[in-house]
Amino acid sequence: MASEPTTQIVETISPIFGRLTLDWIPYHEPILVGTFSAIVLGGIAVLALMTYFKLWAPLWNDWVTSVDHKKIGIMYMILGFIMMVRGFADALMMRAQQAMAAGGSEGYLPPHHYDQVFTAHGVIMIFFVAMPFVTGVMNYVMPLQIGARDVAFPFLNNFSFWMTVSGALLVNISLFIGEFARVGWLAFPPLSGANYSHGPGMDYYLWALQIAGVGTTLSGINLIATMLKMRAPGMKLMDMPIFSWTSLITNVLIVAAFPVLTATLALLTLDRYLDFRFFTNDFGGNAMMYVNLIWIWGHPEVYILIIPCFGIISEIVSTFSGKPIFGYRTMVMATACIMVLSFIVWLHHFFTMGSGADVNTFFGIATMIIAVPTGVKIFNWLFTMYKGRVRFEVPMLWTIGFLVTFTIGGMTGVLLAVPPVDFQLHNTLFLIAHFHNVIIGGVVFAIYAGVTYWWPKVFGFKLNDTWGKRSFWFWFVGFYFAFMPLYALGLMGVTRRMNMYPDAAWQPYFIVAAFGAVLIALGIASTFIGFYVSIRDRKALAVGSDPWDARTLEWATQSPPAPYNFPEDIEVVGREAFWHMKKTGFKWSGKYAPIHMPKGTATGVLISAVALVFGFAMVWYIWWLAILSFVGMLAIGIGHTFNYNRDYYIPSDVVTATEAKGATA
Amino acid sequence: MSTVTSSADKSIVEPLADEPMHHARNNDAHHDAHAHSSPTPIGFWIYLMSDCIIFGALFATYAVLGGNYAGGPAPKDLFEPGFVAIETALLLFSSITFGLAMLRADKDDRDGVLKWLAVTAVFGAGFIAMEIYEFNHLIHIGAGPDRSAFLSSFFALVGTHGLHVTGGLIWLVTLMVQIRMHGLIGENMRRLGTLSMFWHFLDLVWIGVFSFVYLVRLI
Repeated sequence: MASEPTTQIVETISPIFGRLTLDWIPYHEPILVGTFSAIVLGGIAVLALMTYFKLWAPLWNDWVTSVDHKKIGIMYMILGFIMMVRGFADALMMRAQQAMAAGGSEGYLPPHHYDQVFTAHGVIMIFFVAMPFVTGVMNYVMPLQIGARDVAFPFLNNFSFWMTVSGALLVNISLFIGEFARVGWLAFPPLSGANYSHGPGMDYYLWALQIAGVGTTLSGINLIATMLKMRAPGMKLMDMPIFSWTSLITNVLIVAAFPVLTATLALLTLDRYLDFRFFTNDFGGNAMMYVNLIWIWGHPEVYILIIPCFGIISEIVSTFSGKPIFGYRTMVMATACIMVLSFIVWLHHFFTMGSGADVNTFFGIATMIIAVPTGVKIFNWLFTMYKGRVRFEVPMLWTIGFLVTFTIGGMTGVLLAVPPVDFQLHNTLFLIAHFHNVIIGGVVFAIYAGVTYWWPKVFGFKLNDTWGKRSFWFWFVGFYFAFMPLYALGLMGVTRRMNMYPDAAWQPYFIVAAFGAVLIALGIASTFIGFYVSIRDRKALAVGSDPWDARTLEWATQSPPAPYNFPEDIEVVGREAFWHMKKTGFKWSGKYAPIHMPKGTATGVLISAVALVFGFAMVWYIWWLAILSFVGMLAIGIGHTFNYNRDYYIPSDVVTATEAKGATA
Repeated sequence: MSTVTSSADKSIVEPLADEPMHHARNNDAHHDAHAHSSPTPIGFWIYLMSDCIIFGALFATYAVLGGNYAGGPAPKDLFEPGFVAIETALLLFSSITFGLAMLRADKDDRDGVLKWLAVTAVFGAGFIAMEIYEFNHLIHIGAGPDRSAFLSSFFALVGTHGLHVTGGLIWLVTLMVQIRMHGLIGENMRRLGTLSMFWHFLDLVWIGVFSFVYLVRLI
């Protein structure tokens, strides 16, 4: 985030370094130098410890090159938590700035810096926190729930993950080399075009999202094929647990929506790099074309985030109420309805475009209709709890927090769906409060619920209850402190993305919001302390394979599950496969056949690493490196297809031994 | 896809590489590849549909911006029906020859497959060469993508299709090498089947391009 080199460094493109010069390294910014030093020192410490404990080989062999869906799922979650800290640091900076910069005060963040912070916050939280979280949970849980051994294309799964990591790294590199975009998270032209965003920040944005997008699309294809082709014998589609159903629908949305993002960002890239005229003000370009296209992806995207969370909540409500989910069929139908409707509401993001009363009416009504299937879900959850023996374990706390908070957020969304209201509230903090209300109250709370719920399955021990409750209450209360004032400010007409404001009467609200952000910070800290404490006390917290008395198939495996998940096939009967097995006294046969497994491969991580170099070279106009790395990606990919030896067998005595060990644990 | 399943049990290399690793019941599936079908065809279909949406976005862009000439040349000034007809013919014939290759594959005739794939590659390369010539010509007469939004959307749509065909050609040559190395084993048959889907898909998209970008705009 170098201060203002945009105007000084214009066109000096060296054949070797492109437009990258020393001026782009922000060594004169103490905050960034401090952050950088901390990361380098921390990094060196980690590297030294890893070398000392000889962890390099296990990390490479058991994790980085692993094609096991469970390990990839865990790595997605780690990526999500790390990036959440980064994105949340941006949030704290913004809340601090706005708490200070009232009535003539300029605060501590200059505009060019503040604009990068809010852009990075949005991009990171959506693409590199929420997306890895939902993809991670789907990756881990869904194959287990449908009784599969792995996903349909295990190598592709590994490749998808590392492409996501490359995108995340590119965003983080922009912090120390150059700058990030200053355009808001969806980068509307003409502001994001070459004329108004000349520097490398906007290009970091484009290439980071493009590289991560490849991973997301491929992962979507992979998980759909998994659910269509790899279900355990006897499991019909309408027997799949609700979480698997929501995963299926989410991945259909991913495959249908992400190509639009790919195409849209590619068009903007052509505008910026090769003087195309799609979204320019002159030569017949039309910037509103971009706004339409990006929201045709963008609205399904918010459902891509929330629908798996509906699935998580469904599983938890059912388990902790000790009842089957109420209205299974309506739950599936409601989710499918939301899938279809999510594609015909995009225009409500810009009612103010001026498309006329008829068009706005159509999109306004379509938007309000989405509240109906969503309401069906809420009532299904409530009726599942009704007359159940509800156990208020930590996952259930998050679920109750979800139900209350998400419902409020949904209702403010319906308010915004009324076009005349939207004309007043468009681009105000009311909108900001609304979507944080549904994303924090919906996605984050549900992911926390899911992490707490499935943790014992993943690691074989429960999370510490006390720290889990602390984390919940800090997050829950912190959320209301941080965002309710924003609703009020929005109604007063305060627009979003303001670096400073003249009216000192707004300041108290911003101070309350900043206090809320501090509470959330404590919530995040409690989470990590909780992880630490639980890992430290894992012997005491150890549990069997079914600690919650659950109902779906993932709980039939050992905790943690063996690499092959299930030692033999299960003939699935009905919807709650594991519940049925428990009722009928199911036992593994004890005589196992050798199990066919995919081998790990370094191809995915290698291509992704070269993709990162390619993205960096394109950002800085280092053409020779871009060509070299592009050819390199092709060569590694084609080389991989010449390897026909991709599988191995786990011998039956190893399976028998592993199962015996799991049974005593 | 019948060709793929009928040949899937011919695998001589390590059996079922890339096969789904799912049910324990199928551990000995290499004795009976029909016991569970590969997820590859359905997975590739889903990929093609996602690719189709990329083209959909580009078609939509052309539909919206295709009339914005910004005082520059219009389709009537630029497109020559005869030239495009030959381009189209090359691509359509390449689909037929790919079909012939698939028929040879069904008869387990390795050399026949390679022969027809080579013919397909020549047609495909001819198509790409003509497209490069056309693009080069347009840029030279001042009708490059930077001239107007109409030309931007034209170059993006037609160019994306051309890049796909180029990718298909690279894949085709790679697969020819692999078929020479290992013969028509199950693994290669599956790849041949997916490439066939890809090739015909691009043909289909071209019919859209031909009608919507060239033909309609010339009437």
